[in-house]
Amino acid sequence: MQMPDPDAAILSRKDAIVERLQEILPPQAVISDPAETRAYECDALTAYKCAPLAAVLPATTEEVAAVLKLCHAEGVPVVPRGAGTSLAGGSLPTADSIILGVSRMTEVLETDYDNRLIRLQTGRTNLSVTGAVEEDGFFYAPDPSSQLACAISGNIAMNSGGAHCLKYGVTTNNLLGVTMVLMDGTVVELGGAHLDAGGLDLLGLVCGSEGQLGVVTEATLRILPKPEGARPVLMGFASSEVAGACVSDIIKAGVLPVAIEFMDRPCIRACESFAKAGYPDCEALLIVEVEGSDAEIDHQLGLIKDIARSHDPVELREAQDADEAGRIWLGRKSAFGAMGQINDYMCLDGTIPVSELPYVLRRTAELAQQYGLEVANVFHAGDGNMHPLILFDANKEGDLEKCEALGADILRLCVEVGGCLTGEHGVGIEKRDLMGDQYAAADLECQMAVKDVFDPAWLLNPAKVFPLAVSEARRGQRLAAE
Amino acid sequence: MRPQSEEELSGIVAEASGPLHVRGGGTRGIGRPVTGDVVETGGLSGITLYEPGALTLVAGAGTPLAEIEATLAAEGQRLAFEPMDHRGLLGTTGEPTLGGMAAANVSGPRRVVAGACRDFMLGVRFVDGTGAVVKNGGRVMKNVTGYDLVKLMAGSWGTLGVLTELSLKVLPVPETQGTLILKGLTDEAAVAAMARALGSPFEVTGAAHLPAAGETCLRLEGFADSVTYRLERLAALFPGTDMHRETEAEPVAACWRAIRDVAAFHDAPGDVWQLSVKPSDAPGLVARMGAEDVVYDWGGGLIRARLAPGTDLRARLGAFGGHATLVRGDAATRAALPVFQPETAPVAALSRGLRARFDPKGILNPGLMA
Repeated sequence: MQMPDPDAAILSRKDAIVERLQEILPPQAVISDPAETRAYECDALTAYKCAPLAAVLPATTEEVAAVLKLCHAEGVPVVPRGAGTSLAGGSLPTADSIILGVSRMTEVLETDYDNRLIRLQTGRTNLSVTGAVEEDGFFYAPDPSSQLACAISGNIAMNSGGAHCLKYGVTTNNLLGVTMVLMDGTVVELGGAHLDAGGLDLLGLVCGSEGQLGVVTEATLRILPKPEGARPVLMGFASSEVAGACVSDIIKAGVLPVAIEFMDRPCIRACESFAKAGYPDCEALLIVEVEGSDAEIDHQLGLIKDIARSHDPVELREAQDADEAGRIWLGRKSAFGAMGQINDYMCLDGTIPVSELPYVLRRTAELAQQYGLEVANVFHAGDGNMHPLILFDANKEGDLEKCEALGADILRLCVEVGGCLTGEHGVGIEKRDLMGDQYAAADLECQMAVKDVFDPAWLLNPAKVFPLAVSEARRGQRLAAE
Repeated sequence: MRPQSEEELSGIVAEASGPLHVRGGGTRGIGRPVTGDVVETGGLSGITLYEPGALTLVAGAGTPLAEIEATLAAEGQRLAFEPMDHRGLLGTTGEPTLGGMAAANVSGPRRVVAGACRDFMLGVRFVDGTGAVVKNGGRVMKNVTGYDLVKLMAGSWGTLGVLTELSLKVLPVPETQGTLILKGLTDEAAVAAMARALGSPFEVTGAAHLPAAGETCLRLEGFADSVTYRLERLAALFPGTDMHRETEAEPVAACWRAIRDVAAFHDAPGDVWQLSVKPSDAPGLVARMGAEDVVYDWGGGLIRARLAPGTDLRARLGAFGGHATLVRGDAATRAALPVFQPETAPVAALSRGLRARFDPKGILNPGLMA
């Protein structure tokens, strides 16, 4: 993965730039010692590392605005960072950039149950949003696997999803408003406590723009009343094709589960030895969860189990109590961690039409065999969001490159069948060079035109999302101007 | 002009030097009056893909909404955001199209829980102001590949590009529905009751208040036993309130169709404003409006108000959080008053910048959203 060469002129001005940052921020908020900036050299895509020029940790919107205004004037690129859990390299710095972290901005500013919203600073973690309102019977719906650690700022930047978005939608569907600072330091308010308004939907445009349009410092999120209850059922099948057909039948039948999760054998085995969830040893496993009162759950699970039975399941087990339900989910939610214990892996995130599930699984296995690598599958089956995990050995010469090549082939396969490169992780640097496989030149030009409007000098997270060759002229204008 | 293909449309836009009045079925004449050569999308019609098992539908922007809804109904599915039909309110005729619905981001009562039209739009194709054909998003449920121009196109009223194709997420029609109607509540009490209902775990999918009728309507949908159960649980939240439970299919459907289409204002004179606000602010705002009649939807988050022709509602309200849009008014009023809520200076600069990039010739419904 290539990153642009750092601007030597900026590197040579490091001391002066740090000094000016120290003038506008409290002393502890500016990190420039190379021993300390190393903590910001990568996110969860650990294969790529580069320490930034400096890192700053402002505590308020005003401080963020001051930093951006300064960097804008100095022509220094800025890479925004939430909790650094991006799997796509969304917050990977370059040596000439400033990391702008929001980790000190974690305040809840307002909870309003009558209007079902919470307003907060975006450094707050995803899970702690629910933590702030659950005693009063509410929750925040998007639940990425990294929810214990990941920040709302990153969720907004990547438009994160999670296991339960089949029913509740992803971040953009649960985001009511933001306070955002543009690269030149201008503070804008988009949306608010109200739903859709007239005017262009800039809020919808900002969500998922990967920190390239502005730095979101505060957010108003929709919170929802907790359901009376929820219960998962576990189903094992003799083949992935059968499991895929079962998913489609459940959806067609008019039952709308909150989640339908899929795991294949390599993943089931890893999760089982890690979490002891009592998973059966079979080719494909589905976890289907429904919500409501006990009687409603019984009714819906009855319908779902009838559908499952028509596909000859090798296992069909309903959680009998909260403890068992917890263990069923623990297995799924710890899938990435469990795989990480036995192997290095790269996690893909393509989405496909649900009807293409069996074909894509078969073709993925064939591709893996061609490359001589193993792939484990765990994903949100209800919405077709795949997470193939490619297992490789980081210490083995050439294995990472081979893994990336296989990953690219699998993602191209997703696009070929009518899907996309990324369902919830974002493009970052990881899928950047594949954008041309999904979008034509005019499509990318139109997206880049949006960045031109928000960040004309292309200083915010500039080397992400768009293939470097495609964005080169725009990124180059800064250097040309110097 | 009525192009029969995306290519033909692209040629028309590329060669145009003067303003184009872009429209679907012409049933939602909202916004500042536009003069220019009419370009209709009705020729770009037809469902190209429908996979009930994947909850996905793709169709040309000019496809009649009625055709979409009938096709979905045959498979027991629907557009869950419940798009409003503007013909009764605006006195227009013609066929609402898929593209018109999307360009206006039209939703109905279920929006408060299920999401808006924009939330169900998975992908778009459009022709920008230079004639370039652009696609964004796709036909899958989750897609964060690149910027979300789908949301930007929703509600942009044809000013950034002419939609040619849309893909949508659809959902199953529940087995049954019922309405709990609370009677005789003041506006304040009604908004509080709707907040209580929407904050309950009983999955209320509609919460509207009709002051003239003295009715506050709460909708439940799902399997029959479940609706019966939740109707009782919901009713128990409002002890001592005069109420009625409606569970017959036809009256329930008619009640919500009337709320969706603001039937109360169809044959009544005057301008109609639509306000998107924080629900708990709604009764206070209504008190300052001096409206002839109002209808609250979305638990109070959406107010439709009928006022004397030419009234500058924003002047009456003063500063408030939210947006006011003039939905119905004569051409003179729509030319005199900003139809959409004026934006703050930095937001207006961004909107202006986007228009300049998407429509550099300034020919797509120019001034409509100004």
